[in-house]
Amino acid sequence: MAPEPPPLLTMDGITKSFPGVRALDGVDLEVRAGEVHCLLGQNGAGKSTLIKVLAGAHQPDGGAITWRGEHVTLKSPIAAMRLGIATIYQELDLVEGLSVAENVYLGHEPTTAGFVVRGRDARTAAAALLRRLGHTEIDPARLVGELSAAQQQIVSMARALSHDVRLIVMDEPSAALDPDEVANLFRIVADLTAEGVAVVYISHRLEEIRRIGDRVTVLKDGRAVASGLPAESTPTREVVALMTGRDVEYVFPERPAQLPLAEPLLTVRGLTRRGEFAPVDLEVRPGEIVGLAGLVGSGRSEILETVYGARKAEAGQVLVDGRPLKPGSVRAAVRAGLGLAPEERKAQALLMLESITRNVSVSSMSRFSHGGWLDRGAEFKAARRATRELSLKPDLPSAPVRTLSGGNQQKAVLARWLLRGCRVLLLDEPTRGVDVGARAELYAVIRRLADDGLGVLLVSSEVPEVLGLADRVLVLREGHVVHTAPARELDEHRVLDLVMEGSPAS
Amino acid sequence: MTQPATPAKQEGPLLDGGGPRKSTSGDGAGPWSGRLFRPDVRTLSLIGVLVALALIGGVTKPDEFLATSNVQLILTQASVIGVVTVGMTFVITSGGIDLSVGAIVALASVWATTVATQEYGFAGILFTAVIVGVGCGLVNGLLIAYGGMVPFIATLAMLASARGLALQITEGKTQMVSIPSVLDLGERDAYLFGIPPLVLVFAAVTVIGWLVLNRTTFGRRTVAVGGNAEAARLAGIDVRRQRLYLYLLSGLCCGIAAFLLIVLAGSGQNTNGNLYELDAIAAAIIGGTLLSGGRGTITGSVLGVLIFTTITNIFALNNLESATQQIAKGAIIVAAVLVQRRTSHTP
Ligand SMILES: Nc1ncnc2c1ncn2[C@@H]1O[C@H](COP(=O)(O)OP(=O)(O)OP(=O)(O)O)[C@@H](O)[C@H]1O
Ligand SMILES: [Mg+2]
Repeated sequence: MAPEPPPLLTMDGITKSFPGVRALDGVDLEVRAGEVHCLLGQNGAGKSTLIKVLAGAHQPDGGAITWRGEHVTLKSPIAAMRLGIATIYQELDLVEGLSVAENVYLGHEPTTAGFVVRGRDARTAAAALLRRLGHTEIDPARLVGELSAAQQQIVSMARALSHDVRLIVMDEPSAALDPDEVANLFRIVADLTAEGVAVVYISHRLEEIRRIGDRVTVLKDGRAVASGLPAESTPTREVVALMTGRDVEYVFPERPAQLPLAEPLLTVRGLTRRGEFAPVDLEVRPGEIVGLAGLVGSGRSEILETVYGARKAEAGQVLVDGRPLKPGSVRAAVRAGLGLAPEERKAQALLMLESITRNVSVSSMSRFSHGGWLDRGAEFKAARRATRELSLKPDLPSAPVRTLSGGNQQKAVLARWLLRGCRVLLLDEPTRGVDVGARAELYAVIRRLADDGLGVLLVSSEVPEVLGLADRVLVLREGHVVHTAPARELDEHRVLDLVMEGSPAS
Repeated sequence: MTQPATPAKQEGPLLDGGGPRKSTSGDGAGPWSGRLFRPDVRTLSLIGVLVALALIGGVTKPDEFLATSNVQLILTQASVIGVVTVGMTFVITSGGIDLSVGAIVALASVWATTVATQEYGFAGILFTAVIVGVGCGLVNGLLIAYGGMVPFIATLAMLASARGLALQITEGKTQMVSIPSVLDLGERDAYLFGIPPLVLVFAAVTVIGWLVLNRTTFGRRTVAVGGNAEAARLAGIDVRRQRLYLYLLSGLCCGIAAFLLIVLAGSGQNTNGNLYELDAIAAAIIGGTLLSGGRGTITGSVLGVLIFTTITNIFALNNLESATQQIAKGAIIVAAVLVQRRTSHTP
């Protein structure tokens, strides 16, 4: 190591425990100026915890942090920011009631006399940052609560760039982004590293690591099992084996030889919501997985939510087993056997303070009740079976969902519908934030559910996922279905062409 | 259970045509920018209610209601609760609640009118009222921000103890003020261009409150803490210190209000400020401040206060029972919140 410059950051033997969980068990991390250092690991491996220690948001129980050759303690987020460490957190951390510019400069507003906010300066500066990020369409004066998830991600990024940074930590920044957005993100990362800024990059999409990563550190169960591997030359299989401790075949489950010919379970006819999507027709048969491919904002999630009754259709019908559902009624949809795993699990699906068990059983409560009394033993057992099937970690049914890692929260939502045993499963981005190992399991579970006679309607930004898992694919662009075909007749390029064609540059 | 989706899902070409939201206005830095000058639907509807009330007052008691002295009376009565409501608006915007405001007003008003305090004259009374208010706010703030107590509980405890202490000081008696300079403030001679000094204080507190909430880092932090405390913490805001300051601010407003009340009544009483907490919370809520935090409007709160005070006035002029008046207030709160739910759903 003698001829090399000292690393920008060294974290040495960092430990951190939460009640009942040892999240970090002596992790080392070394980051050099100007590199993209990728942090890999399964859900719950401790990646987010580690970067929260680095951001001053968690206090470590033990270990040492060296920044530019000096020993430092990061007592608060402010302390880390002062050193030039900015963080884009996995769970969006914006204030919805404040404008874009106000969020970008929250905590370090440009001021006169130290307390009067120079609003116009903040807006101009925020607009410049957004331009640098290639998003001039986001108005700095707009409320963040009115933006889409992808746009909010951009605002988080602008916020990180608003500091004078030497190190930017990005915790799964690409999870909510479209392919062209991801390309945009990579361009920004390249600009930053060219200026000598270091980037710590977390993602479950291994192909991204190879595209932008310089070196890789792999975490497993709160320990670094490999550090400083070269990102380009280390085979994916090896990385996955390090992460999971076994060989995972990253393949999709077999499709049944021929599509079932039964009557459709779910029929959607002329479903419309103006400004969101044009009239949509689709059918899902028992045993069939139908995929909706399209960009963020192409109306995919809106279609799912409307089918589910969470949004009220302006026109059109949803039929289950040929019987029409009452429009705009989630109750009716659930009674008829529809289940939705929504995109934004934190806001839309989870009771964050409640235990895993209760989150899983909430839609099946009647099954465990006798005259209104809950049989908690049965509830516990059933919920645990469902979570074990998805290998949700930690295996502590009483742990509050809030304390789960991002990918495991997703599994809790899926476990709910697994337990409920619905007939048509609507899955919105089911693998967002889910690690490779669990992904393969999830795919297998979804296919098995279909083989048992369920219908599945699947939305995903990851084209290979739709193509690999679905039997039939509908391609959406700006609220219109532009193409329908069996998945085996499509390939990734074709779908991307269809999805992007004529779409605005943003 | 899965609930209806967030309304903010539209994006891109569908919605970005630049609606009225696109504030290209010069001044102002956010959602409330310029709201004092370019009112939004919510503010307009509150003004509408106020106008309707004025019409009712004018029709039922044409001579009395519109008399200058009656308008002065309404504004004077609004001043005391108005100052309290400005402080309450900050606390609610930050996601908290202060149930102790009425009790603090009572305690500050009796402490400032004891025989011992009155020996120090005008300054003694003013100073004591403010210090007692700030002191109670400090206790609230420390318990909540650093003691980890829920605001509801901490301020409920303060309510009980401050009222008890006020009773102990007065032994239930009314403490008359004998300082002429204090009493003179309430007299007609002290009016500036027909505006009572108390109303001027109220106006000043309102303007300062508006500026602080909309134009300063303090206001920005208040909204951030109420909207998403974890995000505020990660943005480097000292959330606990901010909470402490907010309860101090509420206490300060109570101290000022107590002084106004002393001027108005010429005395201090342990029953002062009865149910102010409910009036202040109600005024803030019908004004458009979110009870769950993250959004606050001083303009709305002040309009809310004026609406309530006008109702009281109309009922008094028409010799209606206070029971009927309570029912009317309740109905207005429900109506206002329902109207706001409708208007705030259009993105
Ligand atoms: N605030 C908390 N309280 C209790 N346990 C926690 C808390 N935060 C994280 N944990 C636990 O610490 C472990 C590591 O979680 P962490 O969020 O760091 O995982 P991760 O590697 O980021 O996973 P993912 O890829 O799913 O985001 C998990 O077992 C999680 O349940
Ligand atoms: Mg994480």
